[in-house]
Amino acid sequence: MSLIDVKNLKVEFKTADGIVSAVNNVNFSMDEGKILAIVGESGSGKSQTVFGMTGLLDHNGSATGSVKFEGEEILNLSNQKLNQIRAEKIAMIFQDPMTSLNPYVRVSEQMTEVLIHHQGVSKSDALKQSISMLDAVRIPDASNRIRMYPHEFSGGMRQRVMIAMSLLCRPKLLIADEPTTALDVTVQAQIMRLLADLQKDFGMSIILITHDLGVVAGSSDDMLVMYGGEIMEIGKTENIYASPTHPYTQGLMSAVPRLDDSEERLVTIPGNPPNMMKAPEGCPFAPRCRHSIDKCNSESPILVKASNDDHFRACHVSKEKIL
Amino acid sequence: MNNQPILEVKNLKVNFDVSSEGDMPWTKAKKLQAVNDISFSLNAGETLGVVGESGCGKSTLARAIVKMVPAEAGEVIWLGNDLLGLSHSETRPYRKQIQMIFQDPLASLNPRMNIGEIIAEPLRTHYPKTPETDVQARVIDVMNKVGLLDNLMNRYPHEFSGGQCQRIGIARALILKPKLIICDEPVSALDVSIQAQVVNLLMDLQEEMELALIFIAHDLSVVKHISTKIMVLYLGNMVELAKSDDIYKSPSHPYTQALISAVPIPDPNVEKNKDLILIEGDLPSPINPPSGCVFRTRCQKAQEVCALEKPEFKGIAQDHSVACHFHD
Repeated sequence: MSLIDVKNLKVEFKTADGIVSAVNNVNFSMDEGKILAIVGESGSGKSQTVFGMTGLLDHNGSATGSVKFEGEEILNLSNQKLNQIRAEKIAMIFQDPMTSLNPYVRVSEQMTEVLIHHQGVSKSDALKQSISMLDAVRIPDASNRIRMYPHEFSGGMRQRVMIAMSLLCRPKLLIADEPTTALDVTVQAQIMRLLADLQKDFGMSIILITHDLGVVAGSSDDMLVMYGGEIMEIGKTENIYASPTHPYTQGLMSAVPRLDDSEERLVTIPGNPPNMMKAPEGCPFAPRCRHSIDKCNSESPILVKASNDDHFRACHVSKEKIL
Repeated sequence: MNNQPILEVKNLKVNFDVSSEGDMPWTKAKKLQAVNDISFSLNAGETLGVVGESGCGKSTLARAIVKMVPAEAGEVIWLGNDLLGLSHSETRPYRKQIQMIFQDPLASLNPRMNIGEIIAEPLRTHYPKTPETDVQARVIDVMNKVGLLDNLMNRYPHEFSGGQCQRIGIARALILKPKLIICDEPVSALDVSIQAQVVNLLMDLQEEMELALIFIAHDLSVVKHISTKIMVLYLGNMVELAKSDDIYKSPSHPYTQALISAVPIPDPNVEKNKDLILIEGDLPSPINPPSGCVFRTRCQKAQEVCALEKPEFKGIAQDHSVACHFHD
């Protein structure tokens, strides 16, 4: 059984200017102990997909479809039940750790609160567990530093505190939304290494949301490429990098300069990302796609098998034609 | 290309006064050395990439060159004149030759001016006597150059996407026909597909107009792609300066080596098998930097001499200089 199973997930927002559909017909499932990366540019719906799954949408948003976590439907559960799940089974960390931590409260209190509230642990036990968790995320001198306030930590250290906090209840699934985007590359390397180690030690699964194709390459088993609220391609990370079968994935891969390569000129994807207010009728990528045919503008493609090993693509043009 | 550099920076130093919490009004402020002893030269048509982590002084260096922050010591020699020795009004003729573009494209555009006005403003400021028809013609000309349709002239910044706003910023910098553009993180806020468009645009314009660029970014892959030579900064100090290929192929300073190994490569086979050099610890406070070599607190090669003596920034090969006692 897969850990999480998403079927026909749709996320919509009611705004003063009409309905914005941020996520359209997203289907995927994820096995236990894996790292799944969701890749896409800003506005592609990667964050809203997981917010929709975990009931964290803004008040004007609504999600439909089905999300099964360990076999049980969790989409649109009551807040009380969702709080329980989000505390104990699904944890999240975000891009900017400073906005997730309360600046007025010592780290010790913010961490022990989690355990005392959700697991009914005594205060001294909670403190002990919190310190050992800070040790696990390699914060030096954890027993002293736990008494500090968030601003006394550097950006990378704060993100470690967030990771430690999210792991206190030993979640099955950790959702990391752009966890290293605000950090310097050297710190990013440390945090990604740490996440990979923790994933093995704690035996959890990770959904990693990022726009950085380098980070995805180094740290995920499977990947899912989103554009305009829809899945363009999904499969094993190695397979997608070795032979991307969707024009958007291909474009994305050739648009990033590589440090270990010298290319004369970057290949660009012409045009701009779609306006989700008036989402295009057919494939969202069609207006920018150099392979597009008439059908692309009228009919939205569905995910079909691109090869063996669970590699799927959503494109009307055959794989052979675009390679 | 002539061999006389258009810009020469010599021993540039920028200090900031900072007062810490609990200081009395009469307590003497501490000195923060944001930029310490930086020297380089730049020829026409060349690109100097400046990389380093946040807080290393990249932006302060850029701002000191255009005198947006006062320099403590040093020289900024622009076409033979030391800009730092000139008065405000004496600097003005040189300002139009050096332009800047910034990281947040929307924040650097005035929301209450339309695009035509924004792009024309530098021209109207520096050449107030230009006839209106000429101004319009120049605006249309630069808009076309950066790939904007000229019928968008009457729109306002919020109507444009991030990539387009960055093009507007570039158009505004180009209208004075500068010789040098300082780009402070110009593509960091953009998506990858848009980032590639802007990088290509800058490289095309550079070739066409023989522009020199100072390109500041934290993304080493982009910097290496666009730059002729790269300067690596750490805590306000130059640690290495070399041609961009040499920096990648034979980094000599331990910090450069760690920085390069930390850049993720978009290829699972390379990425999962590479030897990562992790730097332990945090960036030391720039208010009281480590004695001797600034990197020694986090350096694997550090020995006693590193704490006692500041390593000299010296050449180790042609066009390759490094500041380390134990460089490779």
